[in-house]
Amino acid sequence: MAFVNMKSKEVQAKVVYYGPGRGGKTTNLEYIYSKFRERIKSDMVSIKTHGDRTLFFDFLPFDIGKIMGYDVKIQLYTVPGQVKYDATRRLVLKGVDGMVFVADSQVEQRKKNVLSLKNLQENLAMYKKSIFKVPLVLQYNKRDLEKEGVSLLPLETLEKDLNSQLKVPSFPGSAVTGENVVPTMKKIISLTMTSLQNVLK
Amino acid sequence: MGSNYDDVSFTDYTLGQEELEKIEHVLEENLIKSGVHSVLLIDMAGNIIAQRDNGSCDHDLYSLAALASANFAAVDTMAKIVGEEEFSLLFHKGENQNIHFSKVNVEFLLITIFGKKVSLGLLRLKVAEAVEKIGNVWNQ
Amino acid sequence: MGSNYEVTDYTLGQEQLERIESVLSDDLIKSGVHSALLIDMAGNIIAKCDNGNCQHDLYSLAALASANFAAVDTMAKIVGEEEFSLLFHKGENENIHFSKVNIEFLLITIFGKEVSLGLLRLKVAEAVEKINSVW
Repeated sequence: MAFVNMKSKEVQAKVVYYGPGRGGKTTNLEYIYSKFRERIKSDMVSIKTHGDRTLFFDFLPFDIGKIMGYDVKIQLYTVPGQVKYDATRRLVLKGVDGMVFVADSQVEQRKKNVLSLKNLQENLAMYKKSIFKVPLVLQYNKRDLEKEGVSLLPLETLEKDLNSQLKVPSFPGSAVTGENVVPTMKKIISLTMTSLQNVLK
Repeated sequence: MGSNYDDVSFTDYTLGQEELEKIEHVLEENLIKSGVHSVLLIDMAGNIIAQRDNGSCDHDLYSLAALASANFAAVDTMAKIVGEEEFSLLFHKGENQNIHFSKVNVEFLLITIFGKKVSLGLLRLKVAEAVEKIGNVWNQ
Repeated sequence: MGSNYEVTDYTLGQEQLERIESVLSDDLIKSGVHSALLIDMAGNIIAKCDNGNCQHDLYSLAALASANFAAVDTMAKIVGEEEFSLLFHKGENENIHFSKVNIEFLLITIFGKEVSLGLLRLKVAEAVEKINSVW
């Protein structure tokens, strides 16, 4: 639920990175943080375990400049991906304006991707939202592992598994190398802003 | 949702410039003038609706708002798990700085950061007054 | 990245777990606490004990409690505090109290009107000390 401040002419919108555990959600935000360090005034907030796993969320507020006269601040969040953290994951989704689903391209993660996407649909439904209506972008992460001889799911398989009904924009990428991390983010920001624009008029 | 755009998840509330000014006035008069260091009106998604401080606070308020809404939501969910409607008071006490949470309504939280100069009793009184006045901004 | 196995920083043998459980039972449950949980900072339940009439979803509670503890800790740092002293939530019938055992563990107690907060804090402090001596 984006907030439009008519007085200070500022918009705050919430974009959530979702997906299975160890899929690269936090790494996406870390790359963005390093890439746009000079434009991000605050530190990235990461609530994680000693084992470096996301426990609650990562948070990165990102000023993207003026749109239709408004200063737009996109608040990037990740959820904890591990199955056992469903209650906390659901809390982070509250008021979401746009989502990136980060899928893990490794062959053995195929089922986890599907389950996580289904979990996203269920958790959105708890807020009476439809996965078909909230702006969404898919990222097929870890494509860089192909070079290392790790067997990856072909993009067609990922599309068929995850995007045959949703039909949303998707990017093969690598959060570690940064490949398509920024295009993924730009796409979700643009879809989110388009959906908000009707209200800003 | 009261929205015509079915692909838009928009806020359940609208606040015009005049209403925001009234809210900021309440924050300033009731809280900052009573010695509170910083006060934030946030929504449950962690957005900052209105903010006032005494001019010598340089906390990262966007992060604080995100954490505060998450803290509130987590506590609320824990209450439900043990069979409670809600827990009464959310208050964190530090050496020099304290944080107090107050639910304004289903949509908003009032977060106050204050030090030793203000007692918890006075703070709660001032917050209760402010919450009532902020509630009135909608009901007018 | 290839592994999905999460390794904890601590090891607890059967005997240590039994000692912890007996502390939870003798110091807390016998004092009237409804339910006592020792969790790690990742939200895993290490040991638990209750009075036999608790049907709360303790796994969700543990996950939320650890996340919440970390969120509160982060807020403390943002306003320039080392940590906030007390984490306690009061309800109509049930209350929750959190106590940091050490850098790795949290002790969560759920209790009702039969136990005063003063007594509870005393009992929790004793239990924390005993649990720490298990290591």
